[in-house]
Amino acid sequence: MLGTKLQVTWLLLAVILCPARALAQPPLSDVGDVRLVLGELREASFVEKERIVERLSARGDPSIRPVLSALLEDRLFVRESDHLIFIVKSADDSLTSLELIDPVSLAGAGSASRDDLTKIGTNNQLRKRLRALVARFDLSGPDAAVRLAAVEEILRSLDAESLALLRARSTVEPDAGVREQIEIGLGLAALDSGDSRARLDAIAALTRTLRPQVRNRLAGLLERTADGGFAESDERVRQAAAQAVHAIDRWRTFYGVVETLFFGLSVGSVLVLVAVGLAITFGVMGVINMAHGELMMLGAYTTYVMQLAMPNHIAAAIVLAIPAAFLVAGMTGVILERTIIRFLYGRPLETLLATFGVSLVLQQLVRSVFSANNRSVETPAWMSGTLQINGALSITVNRLCIILFSLIVFAILLFVLKRTRLGLDIRAVSQNRAMAQAMGIRTGWVDAMTFGLGSGIAGIAGVALSQFTNVGPNLGQSYIIDSFMVVVFGGVGNLWGTLVGGLSMGVVDQLLEPYAGAVLAKIFVLVALIVFIQRWPRGLFPQTGRAAETQA
Amino acid sequence: MIRPPHLPSPDKILTLDDLTVSFDGFKALDGLTLSVDRGELRCIIGPNGAGKTTMMDVVTGKTRPDHGSAWFAQDVDLLALSEPEIAQAGIGRKFQKPTVFESLTVFENLELAIWGDKSFWKDLVARLTRAERQHIDDILDVIGLTAERAALAGTLAHGQKQWLEIGMLLMQEPELLLVDEPVAGMTPQETARTAELLLSLAAEHSLIVVEHDMDFVRSIARRVTVLHEGRVLADGNMDQVQNDPRVVEVYLGA
Amino acid sequence: MIEQDRAGAAFLVLVVAVAIAAPVLNQFVPASSPFHLSTYSLTLIGKYMCYAMLALAVDLIWGYAGILSLGHAAFFALGGYAMGMYLMRQIGPRGVYGDPILPDFMVFLNWQKLPWFWVGFNHFWFALIVIAAVPAALALVFGWFAFRSRVTGVYFSIMTQALSYALMLAFFRNDMGFGGNNGFTDFKDILGFDLHADRTRVVLVVVTAAALAASYLACRAIVASRAGRLFRAIRDAESRARFLGYRVESYKLWVFVFSASLAGIAGALYVPQVGIINPSEFAPINSIEAVIWVAVGGRGTLFGAAMGAVLVNYAKTYFTGALPELWLYALGALFVLVTLFLPRGLVGLGARRRRAVHGAAAPVIWALGSHVGVSLGSKLK
Repeated sequence: MLGTKLQVTWLLLAVILCPARALAQPPLSDVGDVRLVLGELREASFVEKERIVERLSARGDPSIRPVLSALLEDRLFVRESDHLIFIVKSADDSLTSLELIDPVSLAGAGSASRDDLTKIGTNNQLRKRLRALVARFDLSGPDAAVRLAAVEEILRSLDAESLALLRARSTVEPDAGVREQIEIGLGLAALDSGDSRARLDAIAALTRTLRPQVRNRLAGLLERTADGGFAESDERVRQAAAQAVHAIDRWRTFYGVVETLFFGLSVGSVLVLVAVGLAITFGVMGVINMAHGELMMLGAYTTYVMQLAMPNHIAAAIVLAIPAAFLVAGMTGVILERTIIRFLYGRPLETLLATFGVSLVLQQLVRSVFSANNRSVETPAWMSGTLQINGALSITVNRLCIILFSLIVFAILLFVLKRTRLGLDIRAVSQNRAMAQAMGIRTGWVDAMTFGLGSGIAGIAGVALSQFTNVGPNLGQSYIIDSFMVVVFGGVGNLWGTLVGGLSMGVVDQLLEPYAGAVLAKIFVLVALIVFIQRWPRGLFPQTGRAAETQA
Repeated sequence: MIRPPHLPSPDKILTLDDLTVSFDGFKALDGLTLSVDRGELRCIIGPNGAGKTTMMDVVTGKTRPDHGSAWFAQDVDLLALSEPEIAQAGIGRKFQKPTVFESLTVFENLELAIWGDKSFWKDLVARLTRAERQHIDDILDVIGLTAERAALAGTLAHGQKQWLEIGMLLMQEPELLLVDEPVAGMTPQETARTAELLLSLAAEHSLIVVEHDMDFVRSIARRVTVLHEGRVLADGNMDQVQNDPRVVEVYLGA
Repeated sequence: MIEQDRAGAAFLVLVVAVAIAAPVLNQFVPASSPFHLSTYSLTLIGKYMCYAMLALAVDLIWGYAGILSLGHAAFFALGGYAMGMYLMRQIGPRGVYGDPILPDFMVFLNWQKLPWFWVGFNHFWFALIVIAAVPAALALVFGWFAFRSRVTGVYFSIMTQALSYALMLAFFRNDMGFGGNNGFTDFKDILGFDLHADRTRVVLVVVTAAALAASYLACRAIVASRAGRLFRAIRDAESRARFLGYRVESYKLWVFVFSASLAGIAGALYVPQVGIINPSEFAPINSIEAVIWVAVGGRGTLFGAAMGAVLVNYAKTYFTGALPELWLYALGALFVLVTLFLPRGLVGLGARRRRAVHGAAAPVIWALGSHVGVSLGSKLK
């Protein structure tokens, strides 16, 4: 009885005295000391281990970081034969002999049998402490992403010391993202301050960030505790917090809508890109080109071939694939026009059947040459990744690229049609073929060029498609119906209609998707379009007057 | 639908009031006001774009005006009816370009034009009665195509197609016939025959004839209306119209 | 017209001949004889006749009324699905999971009870009604809106294609309750007769032949009526017909509805013979293929369209067996060549020759028919 009491007293004493002893320790000065202190880990209790790692890190020498992370990852071992501490390269269970690394020099130190090694164990408490200590070292590391992770780690268990550390860091931190994260952390910490003035300031600062964690923390202040009072005692602070939560919610909703719109615009841009070539062949020439999808497929395969040809310059290959795909698909289109379509003008249903036959041949051709398997086209590094606009909104770079790309293609097409000689000829022939011919325009040549232009743009669309779908023989089929729907929806013969039609189809699709799922959303959009066309057969921007009647 | 301030008078077969139609800002009709008497043969002339065809489109229900009213006889509001309803009400129309069913025979063309209740289910089992057969034979005689009754309409000469189309209108037994350029592309003999044909119809039917051929108009017209820029420019008999300085300026003098 | 009557009669005789000869050659000629018709070939003949019915449906509206539907495969598939639902219910407790009511795929999806739209399909008569009524109802609703708004020509074609595509996507979904990707298969029997028995197959072929003949006669009656003449009139000059006082929309609507239910019946006859129905039957390519059968045979002739379906599908069977990679080239080339050089199809070719050598179109059909029949017998044993 007495014995146990004594033991408890000793334990208590040890606990109380620990910090004092730790502070009393002189800082480690040389290598010998480090080894010595490390050696103590062998027989130390978890509490003592925690003190030891504190002492090792107190000097702030980053060379100790690998030891800390090794301990954290269960890779710190004692060699029983000489009681020396080693980091092992890997402690995988399948290994019988472990490769050793000297914890101070970090040089290789041979290997040892697993039987001769004893792991230095950790518990939750110790691991938490270790993570915080590792984060402190990382906080001054060269990589912003590592620093950001470190800040987040430190924020998980804040104390006065780490607060001071963060404050110091925020004054020198070069990266805005990391700085913001530190400020959020400091703000959140300040919410726990006893001074309500400081809490108010913190809320004011936090309102600017839109992170869900901040919002939830502020909302937490408004909750009632079990005893009926509020988590936050000060009425003014509560008011400020309520306002802040409200503001954050409003902004988050707003940015949620912005994000959906952005997604929708990117989906819509793809639709515009695949449809705009069709807007020319269908809208201007009245040809139902069912092989339009296969011309896109040719563009996608051109991208694949370009990458095969220049495996070390992926980005350059894609940039070069744009003109190459335009030429490949455009030439195919010209051949198609000269050999088949020119005999079928004014008989749109016949062009539909004949070009469908062409699409089957092109698909099979690709299967014969490239096999029926899908080919993957690589995405250049600069196109992957996201732009973090703020706490509530991030934008993926490839989506941004596709929007810009299709707008550029659209603008160029518009320029060609409205501002060049070819465009003038195209419009003249489409409006009055006989008159154009009488004025000396070579209508046959213009037809071929027009069809080639539409086809070439399909090829360019194929380059874009290769970046986010599989390149395979069926690539074209999956887009052909959408393309026609976009053109008809926008109003045949109206390029702007195709732009507006495609973008709005994309946006509606994305608005529906969270509620209905991708497939059902697509079905809804299709059915909605069918109903729309039934009601307004000439689309969003109908052509009126006599021109429209001769077209139909 | 705004009713005209006064009901059309009983002797009018067609009353157009203040019709306005615009396409993309271009006014094809601009406040057109016009009326035609029962049994009248009215010729309408005017330069290209004067609104002649658009006026016919409005009367037959193909185009809806932005503004104005159109009454057939005293009580039929044309703007409230569809094309087939207008045809059933008693207005027949001949297109500018002869429009017949080319893959059917002359006889079949006329058969389809028979006046009567037209519905899919009735036409599935419809058989020609003796009276209907006789009527078709009579019309074939009127338009001079008895010998071609079994020929495909697509094989007819241009003038014959024009007559066939007029014959189809007659089968409909309309009160009012709108005839758009009936003699375009016809030989002088065919033109003379057509003039005769139209004049013989004028007794029983009211006719509105749009035509460019001045000699032809002179040969049939009692009253001529000149349209210009979607409005009535002049109205009267051929001599009056031809001597009207405004008409000379915009049309005849041009 | 008379010419067509003669060729049509020849076509009918051919169908009847097949309906008599095929069962006899299958049932009463010993398997060792060169004249024996294998059950596989017998089923192929049944399948071709279903396609011929689909071709009649397409030709009736395209060849006569000028309405090009690219959604007829959807009507065909809907009829097929309705029949498939009946056949699934007939499996009863013999399914893999042994549930007496629920088809296997529903048990697999953990469904507890039969969805409402499956109720009644245990009755054959109910399935028969649905087979014709569902395609007809869809055509009625779609056509009512489309024709009323004057959606014509290529716009109509594109809309029907989109409709069929939307249906395909829908039927691919498991939640729809139509077996998702896999559709229906593993049928056991129809009206109590084992579907795998030769005799059942023979009866199915005879029933199909009868249906084909009846469809032909019905279509023939429609096109020979005044309404049929009006369809050709609409194709030639729609506005003329309108100004003669015809409500063109309603004529188009009814013939479209009839054609859709004809396609549905063809699909229903197709499913028990091929033993499977899945969403790929809705694929737009199937509709377009049906159009090319009609174009190959000769649009606006009915019998030509039906023969076109048989010919092209016979070629497809041959090619996909012998030279699979060449089939799409051949089909593609067929599309192009027929539209460019044979606007009136093989019948047009026959008619042209007839004028030259004073023959008749009927012998050509006969020749084509007997060639297919003989080659089927020898090739596909």
